[in-house]
Amino acid sequence: MMDADLSPLVLLGGGPDGWGPALLAAAMLTLAVAAAAMAIGTVLGAALTAALMSRRRWLARAAATYGLILRGVPELLVVLLLYFGAPGLLASVAALMGSPAPGSPPAFLTGCLAIGLVSAAYQAEVFRGGLLAVPPGQIEAAIAAGMGPFTRLRRIIAPQVLHRVLPPLGNIWQFNLKDSALVSITGLAELMRVSLVAAGSTRRPFLFFAAAMVLYLVLTSASSALFRLVETRGQRWAGGR
Amino acid sequence: MNEEIAFLTVTGLAIVRALPVTVVLALTSALGASAVAVALVAAQATRVGRPLAQVWIFVFRGTPLLLQMFMVYYGLAAVGPIRHGLLWPLFRDPLFCAFAAMTCCCSAYIAEVLRAAWQAIPPGQVEAAQACGMSRWTRVRRVIAPQMLRLALPAYGNELVMLIKSTSLASTITVLDVTGVAQTLIAHSYRTLEVFCLAAAVYLGLTAGLTALLRRIERNLERGTGR
Repeated sequence: MMDADLSPLVLLGGGPDGWGPALLAAAMLTLAVAAAAMAIGTVLGAALTAALMSRRRWLARAAATYGLILRGVPELLVVLLLYFGAPGLLASVAALMGSPAPGSPPAFLTGCLAIGLVSAAYQAEVFRGGLLAVPPGQIEAAIAAGMGPFTRLRRIIAPQVLHRVLPPLGNIWQFNLKDSALVSITGLAELMRVSLVAAGSTRRPFLFFAAAMVLYLVLTSASSALFRLVETRGQRWAGGR
Repeated sequence: MNEEIAFLTVTGLAIVRALPVTVVLALTSALGASAVAVALVAAQATRVGRPLAQVWIFVFRGTPLLLQMFMVYYGLAAVGPIRHGLLWPLFRDPLFCAFAAMTCCCSAYIAEVLRAAWQAIPPGQVEAAQACGMSRWTRVRRVIAPQMLRLALPAYGNELVMLIKSTSLASTITVLDVTGVAQTLIAHSYRTLEVFCLAAAVYLGLTAGLTALLRRIERNLERGTGR
């Protein structure tokens, strides 16, 4: 109640009444959630791409269905499903193995997994697009030159695909960063959650949501600058175009 | 088994009954966002409007929609002129706040789509139209707009799909849309999986329907070009 009289500088500062350090720590946690989700999405997305391009029909169809569902359903629903559904799922798995229910998994894990599952569906499309852009003649030439599958990947496919997928991956990273705000509903103390708590306890919602917006803008614009830097570097490596 | 079917029927009906809220929110904010996006693109052609439009796009693309919704619903309610002003009956309504936040957010994304399409039109065509003596408005109507429509449609469609999905965020500011009703149903029944799968099916239906519609329109537009 008394906080309503404090000045914005005190509330956002580092003093005993200030939320500054908490907000900064929360921004770091947001970054961590987005990075973990991105990593999960890359690994799973690569696996999905392999499945999409596989010759086994059922595997390709299963991967396509996964993509269709995860890209067609709101991210919020995926987060909610994992958050509410994970304890029950864990309990039934534990019951199969004859151990007691382990309770709910950590919020960080469910949150990253939810965002990562969605991210994977988008990343799979990006990787597939990148792979399709490599002319098949080059692969055939590499085989004819006697390159093994690993050398082919390292020397022919990876350099071209990486160059092509970097811009769309940057977009997906931005989406992950913003989707990480949805994890706040699990109670994880990331930027959205902390700004909500601060807004509630000081009764200054406008101030704290504005502060959170600024921090999100710092995160998104800093990372887009970083991606652009890597892209220009990559272009130089790819032959100075 | 019978009990299960009865539960699914009741739940399904409750979710379908919430469908109009989601659809109305999606339609109104799609219209609003498209209108604002056109204004943003037009503003970028003027010297004064350019920085304003760029700040608008930067802010709304760079922050999460969830935060924007909380800002409009809870944040603006704490601001005196809005709380005690003429607009308060509007900003008190969570559905309007969701509409306002989604319009602002999606307009920024759609403006980028439109701008990319604008830039993809060969400058020679615009110059040729000028040389033919077309006025600014005729140029937009006969040369620029028809091509922009075709160029922007695929990306614009993606934004609309995103928009449908983000209507679910309205449930966090107490709007009882499909997601909101699903959450209420779970709080009553504790049957997470069934309820969420039904809600997910509704969204999948909406997005798949929209995608199919857009593909048909795209094909129709392409037929006109003789390609």
